[in-house]
Amino acid sequence: MNLYTVRYPTDLFGEVSRLQQQIEQAFRGSATDIRATARGAFPAVNVGATDEGVEILAMAPGVDPKSIDLTIEKGVLTITGQRPSSLAEDTRATTYARERFTGQFRRVISLPDDADPDRVNASYRDGCLRVSIAKRESSRPRSIQIQ
Amino acid sequence: MNNTSQLQTTTGRSGSARNDAESTLLPPVDIVEDAGGITLYADLPGVTRDGLEVRVESGHLFIQGTISVSVPEDLKVLYAEVRGSKFQRSFALSSELDTSHVEANLKDGVLTLKVPRTEAAKPRRIEVKVA
Repeated sequence: MNLYTVRYPTDLFGEVSRLQQQIEQAFRGSATDIRATARGAFPAVNVGATDEGVEILAMAPGVDPKSIDLTIEKGVLTITGQRPSSLAEDTRATTYARERFTGQFRRVISLPDDADPDRVNASYRDGCLRVSIAKRESSRPRSIQIQ
Repeated sequence: MNNTSQLQTTTGRSGSARNDAESTLLPPVDIVEDAGGITLYADLPGVTRDGLEVRVESGHLFIQGTISVSVPEDLKVLYAEVRGSKFQRSFALSSELDTSHVEANLKDGVLTLKVPRTEAAKPRRIEVKVA
């Protein structure tokens, strides 16, 4: 189930039909990658392509960017890191909801063959980690003049 | 404290693929209560201070955040786990919570809300005098 629809069900039949719709919706649209992890993984990731390269957006709020480890190896981008729990270990406090992810996370994303690992740019802002990987110059689209 | 999610959220999610870009997402929350009041943490990645709205209305707390992530114009989406333009969630607050002193803090996409208990509702130790 998508990371952002966790909730406590109040209506069981509605919940079941929503789940069914979500599963159908998940398989509609863009293809899933063989390395794509089960739905509900943290951080949620969006991948897009432009003429210049690939853009990956990982929604990881509350993570210290210095603790995020980004590596590219053999055409695969790996994002690992840790999100500590914000809830202090206070035994006098009652916890009503604990839906947010805590702990170690790891996402692996396949990159297209023409991604150039030497030209990567990563930034973290407002809880979103954005990784831009430029395409190899030789694979950029170019028009050919006909004499 | 009850959780009454907006009905809008569910209908947004079950919309067709066309409506994905406009659909509303439900942010995950952590809620803790101690003697001083209630603390709520909500994950709102991509939401800036300008896009965030926290409102208290007739005993209900509304959290709304618009996702603002700059994307290049010619971007073609290949794979998207997050399809939606805004976050929304609401909660019913009980009367012992002091809604006029809500403290909100947004950092790195995490919203921390502190709702204190009214003075009258704070737990009080009662002195037992030795007769």
